[in-house]
Formats: sequence, C-alpha cells, structure tokens
Amino acid sequence: MFIVNCPYCGDRDQTEFSCHGEAHIPRPTETAKLTDDEWGEYVFFRSNPKGYHRERWLHVHGCRRWFNALRHTVTDEFVATYKIEDPRPPIPEGGQS
Amino acid sequence: MTQSNRLDNGGRIDRSKPLTFTFDGKQYTGYQGDTLASALVANGVRLLGRSFKYHRPRGLIAAGSEEPNALMQLETGPYTEPNTRATCVELYDGLVASSQNRWPSLNFDVGGVNSLVARFLPAGFYYKTFMWPASMWMTYEKFIRKAAGLGVSPVENDPDVYHGTYAHCDVLVIGAGPAGLAAATMAAGSGARVMLLDEGSEPGGSLLGTSKNTAALEFVKNSMQELERNENVRVLTRTTATGYYDYNYITALEKVTDHLGPGNGGSLPRQRFWKIRAKQVVIAAGSIERPLVFADNDRPGVMLANAVGTYINQYGALPGKDIVVFTNNDSAYQVALDASDNGAVVTVVDTRSSVDPAVKARLEQNNIRLFEGHAISSVQGAKGVTAVRIMELSADGDSLQGQAWEISCSIVANSGGWTPSCHMVSQSGGKLKYVDEIAGFIPDDNRQKKSCPNISAGSCNGSFDTDTCITEGIKAGLDAAQRCGLSASAPSISNLNVSEIPLGDISPIWLVPTTHPVGEGSAKHFHDFQNDVTAADIHLAAREGFLSVEHLKRYTTTGMATDQGKTSNLNALAIMANIQGVSIPEVGTTTFRPPYTPLTLGAVGGQESRELFIQERQTPMHEWHVANGAKFEDVGDWKRAWYYPKDGEDMHSAVQRETLAVRESVGMLDASTLGKIDIQGKDALKLIEMVYTNNWQKLAIGSCRYGLMLNEHGMIFDDGVTTRLGENHYHMTTTTGGAARVMSWLEEWLQTEWPEWEVYCTSVTEQWAVMALNGPKARELLQSITDIDLDKEAFPFMTMREGTVAGVPARVFRISFTGEVSYEINVPARYGKHLIEALAEAGKKYDLCPYGTETMHVLRAEKGFIIVGQDTDGTVTPHDMDMDWIVSKTKEEYLGNRAQERVDTKREGRPQLVGLLTEDPTVVLPEGAHIVSEVLEAPPMPTIGHVTSSYMSPNAGRSIALALLQDGINRKGDVVTLCLMNGDVIKATVSDTVFVDVEGVRVRG
Repeated sequence: MFIVNCPYCGDRDQTEFSCHGEAHIPRPTETAKLTDDEWGEYVFFRSNPKGYHRERWLHVHGCRRWFNALRHTVTDEFVATYKIEDPRPPIPEGGQS
Repeated sequence: MTQSNRLDNGGRIDRSKPLTFTFDGKQYTGYQGDTLASALVANGVRLLGRSFKYHRPRGLIAAGSEEPNALMQLETGPYTEPNTRATCVELYDGLVASSQNRWPSLNFDVGGVNSLVARFLPAGFYYKTFMWPASMWMTYEKFIRKAAGLGVSPVENDPDVYHGTYAHCDVLVIGAGPAGLAAATMAAGSGARVMLLDEGSEPGGSLLGTSKNTAALEFVKNSMQELERNENVRVLTRTTATGYYDYNYITALEKVTDHLGPGNGGSLPRQRFWKIRAKQVVIAAGSIERPLVFADNDRPGVMLANAVGTYINQYGALPGKDIVVFTNNDSAYQVALDASDNGAVVTVVDTRSSVDPAVKARLEQNNIRLFEGHAISSVQGAKGVTAVRIMELSADGDSLQGQAWEISCSIVANSGGWTPSCHMVSQSGGKLKYVDEIAGFIPDDNRQKKSCPNISAGSCNGSFDTDTCITEGIKAGLDAAQRCGLSASAPSISNLNVSEIPLGDISPIWLVPTTHPVGEGSAKHFHDFQNDVTAADIHLAAREGFLSVEHLKRYTTTGMATDQGKTSNLNALAIMANIQGVSIPEVGTTTFRPPYTPLTLGAVGGQESRELFIQERQTPMHEWHVANGAKFEDVGDWKRAWYYPKDGEDMHSAVQRETLAVRESVGMLDASTLGKIDIQGKDALKLIEMVYTNNWQKLAIGSCRYGLMLNEHGMIFDDGVTTRLGENHYHMTTTTGGAARVMSWLEEWLQTEWPEWEVYCTSVTEQWAVMALNGPKARELLQSITDIDLDKEAFPFMTMREGTVAGVPARVFRISFTGEVSYEINVPARYGKHLIEALAEAGKKYDLCPYGTETMHVLRAEKGFIIVGQDTDGTVTPHDMDMDWIVSKTKEEYLGNRAQERVDTKREGRPQLVGLLTEDPTVVLPEGAHIVSEVLEAPPMPTIGHVTSSYMSPNAGRSIALALLQDGINRKGDVVTLCLMNGDVIKATVSDTVFVDVEGVRVRG
C-alpha cells in the first residue's frame, strides 16, 4: 500500500487513488488519416518497463485531479509526482525507462 | 481433577484462581495465566489431535504461535472456531475445546488406517491419482474434501463484533521481547511516537520463559513502566503484526476480548484490526526453534526444547518426569538444567562429538547423563512417547553405528537450532542472507527496500544471546528515532545473564539417520507436522524433478496450512540442498506471505459488515415507495422501486397491470437515480461535441437531445439526454449505473487532453429528485399542479421548461423513455417527497399508477429503446444497434470516431440488434438464450446470437424480445431457432425492434 504524493493535496494513502497506466500518450489529431495499425498503436500498445515508468494517476477519492508520476515498477519507489502541465522530471542516474 | 504435572511453585500463573475447562468432553482444571496448551500439559494430556494426512496421533510441539499440531475446535454453536492453536488460546473459565480430524474418537480413529497405506499416499498423491479421467474429478473432489481439512466451520452467523482502526506513528516496534522493549524504550525516550506490538498476553517475550526470571522480569517491568509513563507510546499486547506492506503499512490483529470467553466482551469488540502507517519499523520478532528431523519424531511427547522450558518456567508445568533432551546446539542445555532442577530425570543426547567441559561439569552437578556424538534412532509409543533408542552417530553424520541403547522417557525435548523470524522483513520486500554460524537466514541489510525502512534487532536478526538482543534493540530504537529526526543518548546496559550456559556453536544435522535408509522401513522422519510431510517426500519430489523450492513447496505441501512452515521450512530447504549437493542459499527460500498467523475474516471486515458492508443509496421518495408497498431492486448501490404489487399480486401480474396503466391512463416512476451532470463554461459545447456521436451545434436553449457515448474502441458505453439550459450551460443525464463512470470520463479528457478548455463539470445526481409522468393523461394531471403552460405547441416534445410544480421550483423535461407523452419533473432533492405526495394526490382522479423499474423495462422494450449494459455489452457499435442515425457524418473528430472505421467494426456479419417474435406468442424467451444455426444433440451448438431483453408485453398482446443476431438487420423476416438450457427448441421470427406505436405518434401527442 503506497503513499502517493498528490501534487495538489500532498501525501495520501494509495486507497484514495487509481492508476491509469502509461502517461504522455496524446490522442492523435486527424485520426481519419491514421491506418488501423497506427490507431491500434495509440489505443492498445503500451510500454511495460521493468524499471522507471511514467504513469497517469488520479486522486479519485480526493481532489479528483489527474497527475503524472515517475515510479519504479520493481521497487515501487516514487521518484516524483507532477502536474499534467509540468515538465517531465528526469529518470534517476543509472536508471532506464 | 488434580493437575498431575503442575509444579508447586514458579511461573506466571495465579494458583489462587482455578479455571475449569473441558477437552473432548472431559473436565480439567487450570489456572489464570495458563494457555489451553499449558493447562493440558499441567494435566498430563499429551494426545491432542490426529494428523492431516496419516491421522497419526499428535501432541504439542511448541509453546508459541508456531505450533503445528495442537489445533483445536474451540467452543460450539455460532462461536465455534476451527484450527485454533492451543498455545495461543488463553484459558478462561468454562472453555470448551475438542480435538480435530478424528472419527469416531481421538483414541480410536478410523482414518488412522491411512498410516498403514502410507506408501500409497506420497507427495503429489492427489495430483497423480485423481487426474484421470478428468470428468471424474467432481466425484473425487467430494471425497477428498471430506477426508481433508481439519476443523469444522461454523454454520451460524458470527455473533461477534469486530473493529478496524487506523494508526500512525514514528516508530513501530514489532515484538516486546528483550530487543523490542529496549528499542521501544529508546525510541520513546527520543521523543518519537511509538507503537509496540506483541502477540503475547503480556510483554516480555522469551524473558517470561526463562528460569532466571528475577533479573529478566525486572527488566520487563522497568521498561514497561517507562513506556507507560510516556503519552507518546501505545503498547498493544495480544496483538500480532500480520502483514507488512509497501511504504511501511503494517496490519495487526488485536485479540481484544478473546481471552474472556465468548460473549463476555461487553461493549468491546472481539478483535480489532489495526492498519498502521509507520515512518520507521523496528522488527524484533524473535526466532523460532526448529525441530530435529529424526525417525518417528511426531510421537506425542516429542517437543521443542524451548517449549519444555517455557512450560516449566512460564506456566509452572513440567511436561514429563523422564525427559530426553536431543540437540545439536547449546541452547537446549538450560532446558535440561531447568527440568532437572524441577525434579525430572534428564538425559541429554547431543549429536556433536564433544561438548564444552564446563557444560559437562554443570550437568554432572545435576546428575544429568550426557551422550555425545549420539542420536535418537527411534521413538517408541504410538499414542505417547514411552522410550527412545539412541545410537552412535558416524563421523560424517550420515549413519548410525554400534549398539542401540533404550532410554525410558515420556518427553523428548529436541532442538535443531533457531530460525530467525524473517517473515516481516521478507514481506516488506527485503532480502535475506544465509549465515553459517547460526545455520539460518537473517535479513540482508544491504538489500532492503527503500520504501520500507526497517531495522531488525535481536534474535530475528540472528543474535540469540539475550544481552546482545538488548544491545541491538537499544541501537535499533535510537537509529529509528534518529531517522525520524530525533535523538537521545544510549543508556548504560546491565547484563541480564539469563542463561547459565553460554551459547556456543551449532553443528547442523538436517536429517538424523536411522537404521534404515530414509523412506524405507516403517519409521517416518517428519519435517512438516501440520501437513504430514516427511523427508522421504522431499526425496521423492527431487527424484521426480520438483527441485525448485517453489515447486517443492507445492508438490509436497511443505510449509502450507495454518502454520505456514514456521518450524519446517528451513529443514525442508536444507534436506533438498543435501539431496542436490548444493548449499542452502542456492536452494533459496519461498516467499513469506501475509498473514503471519491466521486471521479472522470478520476482523478484516471490521465494522464494514452487515448493513454497513455497502451503504445503500435511497432516493428522496424512498419512504413513499416503502409506504406504498414497493418491492425494491438493487441498481448499483441504489434501491430502486421495482414494482408495486396490489393485494396478493405476483410480480408478473403487477408488471402487466402497471404496463397497461401507463399506456391507458398515466403512470409515475421515480427517476431520481439517473446520473445528472451540470456542465458550464465557454467551451462546454466543444466538450459535448467530443463525447457524443451526434451534432450539438444547433441545439437551441431550452431544447433536449439524445446522445450516445463511445469509448475509443468505438463501442457504446453510455447514453442519455442532454439539455441546453443557457448559452454555455448544459444539463447532461446518464444511465443510473454509468453516472460515476461518465463523470470520470469527462474529467479525464478535460484534465489530461484539453486542460486549456474552460469547462466545469459538477455531479448533481443527488441534488435533484425526479418523477417521470408517462401516459395519455400525463398532461392533464401535471397541468393541475403546475404554472407551466403544457400546451403541446407551447411545450413541444424534446424541450424543457422551468416553473413551479406543486408549489415548488421545478425543471420539467418533455422527454420520453416509454413512447408516451412524458414529463420528467426535476425538483430540488429536499422537495422529492413533497412532489411524489402531491402527484399521488392529484393523480387520484386520473387513475395514476405508480410503476417501478420492471415496468419501465417492458415499456421501453415495447418501443425498442435500448438499455446500455443490457442490450449492449461493450462490444457493440452504434451501427450494430441499428443507430446510424445518431452518428454524425460531418463531425471530424469525436471520441470513438476512428475505431468505427476499423476493418473489424465495419465488417459484415457483426451481431446486430433485432426484434424476435416467438412462434407461440405466449412463450417468453429467457434472456441470454442462444440463437443457434444448427440444433445438435447436446451443447455446444454453433451460436449466431443471443436474447438481450425479453418480456410479456400486454400492449403488444404477446411476448417480445430484443436480440443481438449476426447480420440481423438483413435477416428481418427470417425464422430462427433458439435452443434453451432445458433442451427446448423454440422458433422465432426476426422483426423490427419497435413493437408498439410503430409510427411514433403517441409521444408527440
């Protein structure tokens, strides 16, 4: 059970949050021009790294704000949480995403 | 009944408070301070149960929570609890316990024949024997279930109350033995907020069971006084840390009133489940003595050495008068001395060939015989030890030699060394390392998880000497406090010297040989008592290729069951390592999983049970529905009125009556549960255009429009009517079940994809109470209580008007889910009850009929209106629903647009929504019935669709159904075949989905 640092509310228990997979996947524009494969790539395909991972989190039972987190998928260490509009925090030294 | 094994003096029991209890129907006496186990020891009862697989007679092995054998059915009736460990049950007056896994009696048990056929019950027996034929598994399973298992589950509701609670602290200390007490005292002295947990009824841990307890108890007393003085400290006894989760989240079970006996807890809960978040954790969980694995080491009377010591010193009960101590290390020598000091005749058998001369001299003082370099070759006495045979151990420890000596005894106190309790550190994600000096695993400080900061101290860290435990505890307490930003100085430590015998070396012997090779002859070397697993089973597993420790565990069931291998795991690993000729760390350990000891499910549920399990949602009109005899249906967490039976009506008759009434006069439905979202902001229209499939640009203020929402797979996931209230102001409705989902959907897109848009979404579902009036007399009825002009020109279909209804402010939407003239009257929630009462009163002269959700379903199906989630299932596109009319051909972008162009969503032959009319109009198809292309003798049959909605329609005068049928739209007019579960074959004609008022004139009337 993690402690998650909501960028709007601060440290809260994981039960207040939900996690929604990989972050920084914008919806394509002009979708009519995409092939089925390209569309499928957007809808279905996600990286599944063993290591640092940028994820979308929602403070669903709190302020209901979406934000991003940089988390290590093995150690569950949160390197950072950041607002949607914030620049991406760097991956720690020696890590790979 | 005299307590034959009770000592005259000593122990933590109160001899002035005798307690009466029964075991297997026989009455015994114990004392306040006893456990059920110690009271049985005091009464000389050795045979306590039958083993899991072979039904072998079993007795106590341990004195603590690691006990694998003495599992009791405690109490009777609703309070009964199976598999309670006698060592963890505090004695109370009137306690009733019975042994398990025996029939007809403990002394004579039919299942004991399993022992005779043991050679046919090896590891993996069930997997091998009952595999084929697969169809027989269901039959086998019944017998296996009956034969296996130990206690009996209660059949009545649990009458007890449980609580759950949360706590936060700076330093959590797990275990109140010497290390834990020292750590807690130090951390508290540094100003930290401290919690100290211990599973025992009083703090002290191993110190309570030592013979030199003056100094030890003084230390416990002083430490406790200091802790109790400190208001930042909470000490919880009878509390076991059961699980250690990420970010130092620890769960603990506190047995609040178990020790008082069932029903005696007064206003207190039976148990309390703690959920603790700690900045730092000090693990002082102690260690568990492990048995030696020797021939027939499961006879009742073969116990762990420290258990014998604990029964003597903590409970004043001498387990037997003739005791053989069998050991490979020094820790058992103090037990030998303690037993001897209390009048037992003691013999020590040590597998090591030379014992410290000073120790030998001390034994001589007590006339204790010592056999060095010897081992027990067999244990006599089926239902209780009568004697052991010992032989000389060969230099390599692999065989026995020379003459066998027989020693009469009733108790064998054995010690194979100590296993640090690494459960907590392992659960926290920490790694372990093997240490040869103690022949065991300890926490590897360098490989602990950063997000779970903890420090192990004392014997769980491999330091068995009590004074070292205290030193480590002090350091751990200070370090933990320091990591929280607090500091204090270490005090001077006085030596406790609780053991006369210094702890020297240990010489591991993982499998004690006997006269026959392992697995041959009748002797059994048990390493796992609770699951009846023997060394021979490990050999078998190895021969059959189950070498990985995780395979070994599952194949042999080693380390499973309620004790989770507390006494057995390391022995199993070591035996496997020896077989493979590798080191123990190379074999590795299995993962430690919570809970540490068995956990009552009631405690995990806490107060969130019964009516608080899920909090039901009620509409503002709920009381009226109850008063008018409604039956209720669960829709999500809502209680919705389902139908209103009149004098003796069954559901069918009530629904038929209500359905006719709506189309003949007027009906009213509580529609308050529909999701409602208030959407405002200058970009509100942009949002609505993106989430619905149709065009919204031209929607006038005060007008309503139906919309479908798709996910990015192009599949329908919600629908509803949205009304434009102002220039940049919309009122969106959703399905009852989809309200929260839609709200989240809007928020997600707005925040993550279009954060620059100015739109505000507010859930107003519970702010509005809604009554839907439907039927030809709806207008007349409503006009009698409203100031809004209901004239059909002034207030046309698909528009909204504001005014008052029954004297209260209202928004009235002229939208319809029945195909009749319909008004959905929204009033602020606090007027809901007033509104329904006013409608009922005014409706008397219009034959107003209240109707529920079932009638609503029939009415909408008569019109072919879909219910998302019933007629759709997440794989259905608007085209599949024959709803192309609602999909914009001009909008460039909306959610779900692209996926509708995929090859698969555009292909021919997808299931499409159609109507079905059965050949026999009285037959109502079951929902879910399959349409098949060919009727075969038996399922499976090739299916081409299924029924999604099906009702008897009084207005159509026949049964009607909706179905998803492959290529259905092209099949209209065809006759299809349905095959039901009971084998009935039914013919039906594929039809349009509208069954009543096909032209749709009534709704605009």
